[in-house]
Amino acid sequence: MSSIQIISRRSFIRSLGLASGGLIIACNFPSSDDKEGASKIIPFNGSSFEPNLFIQLKDNGELVLLASRSEMGNGVRTSLTSVIADEMDADWKMVSVKQATGDVKFMDQNTDGSRSIRQLFEPMRKMGATARAMLVSAAATKWQVDAASLKTENHYVINPATDEKLFYGDLVKEAAEVEIPENPVLKNPKDFNYIGKKLKSIDGADFTSGKAKYGMDIKLDNMHYAAVARSPVTFGTVKSFNKDAALKIAGVTDIIELPRIATPFGPLGGIAVIANNTWAAFKGKEALEIEWDNGSNESYTSESYDKMILANVKKKGKEVRNDGNVNSAFNKANHIVESEFQMPHLVHAPMEVPNATAWVHDGKCEVWAPVQDPQTARKDVSDYLETDKENVTINVTLLGGGFGRKSKPDFVVEAVALSKAVNAPVQVVWTREDDIQHSYYHTVSAQYMKASLYADGNVTGWLHRVAYPSITSTFAPDTGYGAGFEFGMGMTNIPYQIDNVRCENGKAPAHLRIGWYRSVINIPQAFSINVFVDELAAKAEKDPLQFRLDLIGEDRIEKSESGYHFDSSKLKNVLTKVAKNAGYGKKLPEGHGMGLAVHYSFLSYIATAIEVSVIDGKLKVHNIHSVIDCGTAVNLDTVESQMQGAAVFGLSLAFYGKITAKDGIIEQSNYHDYQVLRMSETPNIAIEIIQSSEKPTGVGEPGVPVIAPALINAIYNATGKRYYKLPLMDEGLV
Amino acid sequence: MATITINDKAYQVDADPSMPLLWAIRDIVGLTGTKYGCGKGLCGACTVLLDGQAIRSCLTPVSEADGKKVVTIEGVDKENKVLQEVWEDINVPQCGYCQSGQLISAVALLKQNSNPSDEDIDSAMSGNICRCGTYHRIRQAIHKTAELTNTKSE
Repeated sequence: MSSIQIISRRSFIRSLGLASGGLIIACNFPSSDDKEGASKIIPFNGSSFEPNLFIQLKDNGELVLLASRSEMGNGVRTSLTSVIADEMDADWKMVSVKQATGDVKFMDQNTDGSRSIRQLFEPMRKMGATARAMLVSAAATKWQVDAASLKTENHYVINPATDEKLFYGDLVKEAAEVEIPENPVLKNPKDFNYIGKKLKSIDGADFTSGKAKYGMDIKLDNMHYAAVARSPVTFGTVKSFNKDAALKIAGVTDIIELPRIATPFGPLGGIAVIANNTWAAFKGKEALEIEWDNGSNESYTSESYDKMILANVKKKGKEVRNDGNVNSAFNKANHIVESEFQMPHLVHAPMEVPNATAWVHDGKCEVWAPVQDPQTARKDVSDYLETDKENVTINVTLLGGGFGRKSKPDFVVEAVALSKAVNAPVQVVWTREDDIQHSYYHTVSAQYMKASLYADGNVTGWLHRVAYPSITSTFAPDTGYGAGFEFGMGMTNIPYQIDNVRCENGKAPAHLRIGWYRSVINIPQAFSINVFVDELAAKAEKDPLQFRLDLIGEDRIEKSESGYHFDSSKLKNVLTKVAKNAGYGKKLPEGHGMGLAVHYSFLSYIATAIEVSVIDGKLKVHNIHSVIDCGTAVNLDTVESQMQGAAVFGLSLAFYGKITAKDGIIEQSNYHDYQVLRMSETPNIAIEIIQSSEKPTGVGEPGVPVIAPALINAIYNATGKRYYKLPLMDEGLV
Repeated sequence: MATITINDKAYQVDADPSMPLLWAIRDIVGLTGTKYGCGKGLCGACTVLLDGQAIRSCLTPVSEADGKKVVTIEGVDKENKVLQEVWEDINVPQCGYCQSGQLISAVALLKQNSNPSDEDIDSAMSGNICRCGTYHRIRQAIHKTAELTNTKSE
């Protein structure tokens, strides 16, 4: 939680040696990963009012609000700033948004984990309310009335007694003299103007006119372009290379060997081609003749590896949860159901490939890059250059999609290393092939599930075993086992009331860089659990909807240290609503079927119903209905579009998502063999957002995990055949 | 040296004739609205109009555009202002990166077919990938534009 503190103006002027002052305040935030003083001193400059880091009100009324998280389609530049504007009672038409550079003074800036709004909603409200209170106080002094008697509306302070109005811009000077209130009064949610409504993207006009600037759109004087040839096998190294053919290509100016930096987000290393345009750099890269030392990951072949991890979940693994006595439940059961599930690696493949522009000069380094986590980029760059963070500026451009890929700034350090080497600005651009073949992959997984049913259909015992290379292998020596935060994404925290539950983890060493991918390990775990529950319902000869509701069980709150408690009634509510919206239970045309899935992730409650047809062996998805309870939905339009997009993202991975390795080399290379969903395959998508005034929870990710299992359950409903392995293209269905 | 008219302005483009038009537009002319996505004509992010036809500029050499007219996203307002406005109004883009290509493909579709069906839209737009998954709203925006345009011209 933020705190805005008044600092004695005189002492600060003294300590900073400032000749003139105006308003000087500090704004302190706790920082999750950096303990250095996260404060900022802002002097009043005579023409604008800057009550805190996030707000600048100019004397013409223009309001510049700062977005501290990255815009990657999540709508965060609009939603975060609309929260400030709402509490300020500002006119949205007067607002422009400035993107924060990477700096701990802005608190944690890592845009991942579906938590931007969750973490910043209250602090941003307080920022806006503080500014509003100061403007009101300034007007009260002018009018010589009690501040409590005044109201604000659309960029004006109003005196209801006299109907007099003062424009915010005209109060700038006086407001800057006002003491900063420690606990400004926040609005009653019923008075929100922007929060909980539909607001268009602040960047909409730029997006539709080509003005939006992504990483690759940065152009600097004397800027060089670079492409890097990296080892086809992860962590392989250059044995020898011949640069003659590459240097003959028109536009190629230099060839530079980049060493690998063995840190979590260090560049893989390789041979860089420097050129005066992107195309020449790409062509030069193709012309390089390189002999690689593949290293130990050469042994990685998906076909055999996948069998190995499947075998590992068929035997006892490391226990990660054990309640009751599963074995005894199994022994007493009327029915036992067992299934195995498999999913391959996935890659984010954002439309904008990884790229970064850097300029190292005069002891400083400036970077322009589409990064989800600019503070980590700043730290990695300053570590690389062995310089203070103060000498490194990370300008965050728009991101042409992120999905987790761009939270790892390996591509930024590449640009910095090359700029330093050629002593000029350098823009590194990955080819699509580079992106598909050298990523931080979503993990491959094998799962085994076993459950016992009594004759009445009650589930009495539940055993869930998983094996997948862990994300922790990217950060620490690989143990071959997963971590608690991974098991907690759906497996160890299943929302079902079952007396005997055991979860186990089998061994799965990593041979690729493993990373976050939209929804992370919720994807395979929600997949297996939702498909398996459907299978149990069939075995129990129960309707899958009622069976699920029964399994979620009684209304209860499960307390969590995070302060966000699981509420089973909310999960049942989204499920019931989605069934109603989709017309669950109605008679469907011949060859059609409907499937359900429900999941709790990123603190939000989601249910999905999918209607498909399978006719002549070909799958068609007709309708997707999703319902989300994410607490307060700050921008209804963004929540809807994120949920629509999540449905498409989920169908993509269910239909086509597959990254495989052979002898350590990724077998896919571009959108022809790593396909994603296209317009013609996109069904109707209808979203309902539960109205709530509770604290906001995750939106960007939780729409994804429910899609694949609801699809599988729909196919079962249509055909009587159940699939346990993704993607479906391997089954000839799509 | 190729002479290419981009958005009604003539440019002398000093590039290797085999350089894809995409890179000439971005790196030499300096118009960055046209995007690189795959370099293989698979994703449509680089779509521009060449003498009125939607083409993938990542596969089209500069030599092929010599003496011709190109329209990029920066010139889309002159081609179909209604479409551009509807697109913004419906809030189609998420990350926005593929949207230049989507808009150009939609312009080309509406030129040929002023009232496309869902199937027409699917077949005209399926060469354009959107990883954020805005297809649903793209379809909506094209229908809405057709509706507004046809009402106006009646």
